[in-house]
Amino acid sequence: MNGRAWTAAGIGLLALFAFPLYWALASSLTPEALLFEAPSLLPRQVTSEHYRALFADRAFLVPVRNSLVVAGLTTLVAVPVAALAAYALARLHLRGKTPLMALVLAVSMFPQISIVPPLYLILRELRLLDTYPGLVLPYLTFSTPLAIWLLTGFFRQLPRDLEDAAMLDGTSRLRALRDIVLPMAAPGLASTAILTFLFCWNEFLFALSFALGPDRYTVPVAIALFRGRYVVPWGEVLAATVVATVPVALVVLAFQRRIVSGLTAGAMKG
Amino acid sequence: MAAVTLEGVTRTYPGGHTALDALDLDVADGEFLVLVGPSGCGKSTLLRLVAGLDAPSAGRIRIGGADVTDVAPQDRDVAMVFQSYALYPHMTVRQNLGYGLKVRGEPPDRVAARTTEVANALEIEELLDHRPAQLSGGQRQRVALGRALVRQPAAFLLDEPLSNLDPGLRTQARAELLRLHRRLGVTTLYVTHDQEEAMTLGSRVAVMRQGQLEQLAPSAELYTRPANTFVARFIGAPPMNLVDPAVLGLDAPADTLAGVRPHDLMLTDEGPIRATVELVEPRGHDTVVHARVQDDGPVVVSVVPAGTAVRVDGDVRLSVRSDRVHRFGRRTGARVAP
Repeated sequence: MNGRAWTAAGIGLLALFAFPLYWALASSLTPEALLFEAPSLLPRQVTSEHYRALFADRAFLVPVRNSLVVAGLTTLVAVPVAALAAYALARLHLRGKTPLMALVLAVSMFPQISIVPPLYLILRELRLLDTYPGLVLPYLTFSTPLAIWLLTGFFRQLPRDLEDAAMLDGTSRLRALRDIVLPMAAPGLASTAILTFLFCWNEFLFALSFALGPDRYTVPVAIALFRGRYVVPWGEVLAATVVATVPVALVVLAFQRRIVSGLTAGAMKG
Repeated sequence: MAAVTLEGVTRTYPGGHTALDALDLDVADGEFLVLVGPSGCGKSTLLRLVAGLDAPSAGRIRIGGADVTDVAPQDRDVAMVFQSYALYPHMTVRQNLGYGLKVRGEPPDRVAARTTEVANALEIEELLDHRPAQLSGGQRQRVALGRALVRQPAAFLLDEPLSNLDPGLRTQARAELLRLHRRLGVTTLYVTHDQEEAMTLGSRVAVMRQGQLEQLAPSAELYTRPANTFVARFIGAPPMNLVDPAVLGLDAPADTLAGVRPHDLMLTDEGPIRATVELVEPRGHDTVVHARVQDDGPVVVSVVPAGTAVRVDGDVRLSVRSDRVHRFGRRTGARVAP
């Protein structure tokens, strides 16, 4: 294929992936009455009514805040813990490293639904139902193993010479981790943080089970509960979808440069 | 500055592979000792053991008289230059140079002063604010060297520091290394697989094979009196001819091999040995001739002055400088007198 064909294929793919997002955005700006008329690519009439209703009538800022807090806290705890564990698994001579890795993976492989009842009972005993820690703790059990796996792979790829050099320069292993390894692993840490954040941001089952009222609903739960007995307020659902996607898109865009840039360039020969 | 001593150092890996086998080595204070050998001979393992990056399975390591066998690398006061240079990619050259001083708690003004001093000595002042990715191979090599120099350690460990440089640059860097060593006089252990580099750099050269020391001697002696057939073939290029003495018309006890350097095997019109040229390799300043002795004898290599008339498939006569013949036991490979 020549360059022009590639460009056309690229644009085609972009359209395929971007169209649903565009459609959600366009529909969220269309008055409810026009939503089920013959569809048109450009909205014939634009309204911000759905967004007004979303934030004024449904207090959608509460679930957004809840999601940000829960996903943010989980990420802030999971990634540093996972980084330490992953470094040890990647570099130190440990007995039983392989079974340990398998165990870590196994923990994150439980079907979620199977552990909702026991977790519910545990959280109730700890009086953590309907609280932020009541979601953050269960999320950590899934996200930390995932983060450990991602980061172990990432640390293994980093050149070992640099840590050796740092230790000969006079650092302890922990200081070498802080000064040398983590800065070099920044792209990996950023990707892992994004994946952890997204995982929590999108999580539905635990959030539905362990939050008892609208004060603690996260975004997916809130959107799912929009529907009434007789009507689905599509305009508001789509407006909420747009609102839920924006922070995630912003986070990814913010970290994109770090993820893409090869930070290890220049450390080694060639 | 300090002497480095290894006593019966063995390194066996979990798989059972023995990288170093009960090795003894004395590096004198201020000496420039080169470790040379084919890949897998254990020379890099030895360096990592002295650095403390790997622990011996048996034996003791001393630096400056103190037993450091169980001392962590950061407390050994040695500096290492890695083959890959291992520069910190997220730091500028200035930060790379100063990092070792900084983590050892030196005051910032002293770190800055030493960094500038070393940068001046290596002529990399104008690169101080660059990052490693912006540097050429030669510049990176200097920065790596500077990072080792800046701390004024008891010993330098250099792991093939020139092998990633272009040949021209390598010769120049080699000369600079020697000048630097003469000026600073720091005990230096230098690992290379290049016998020419080893010969030109080391005041003494240790030839290693399969985790053992084959010979430790001044470079001239390695060339003139190799201890065994391995050293004889490894040192010198092209490698020494090792043949049955009878092939060259030498009388010698049975069970010995005659060793003749290609430079000592000459093309002469009235030479006693008849041979057929199989391959001619002109090298500019001289020419390497591969010739088969008699019609079905072994192939021997001779180095002749450039411009000597030889052609492939031509018949030549060879003569040996009999005072330059080495003799080795056929079974043991060890040198027998002289």
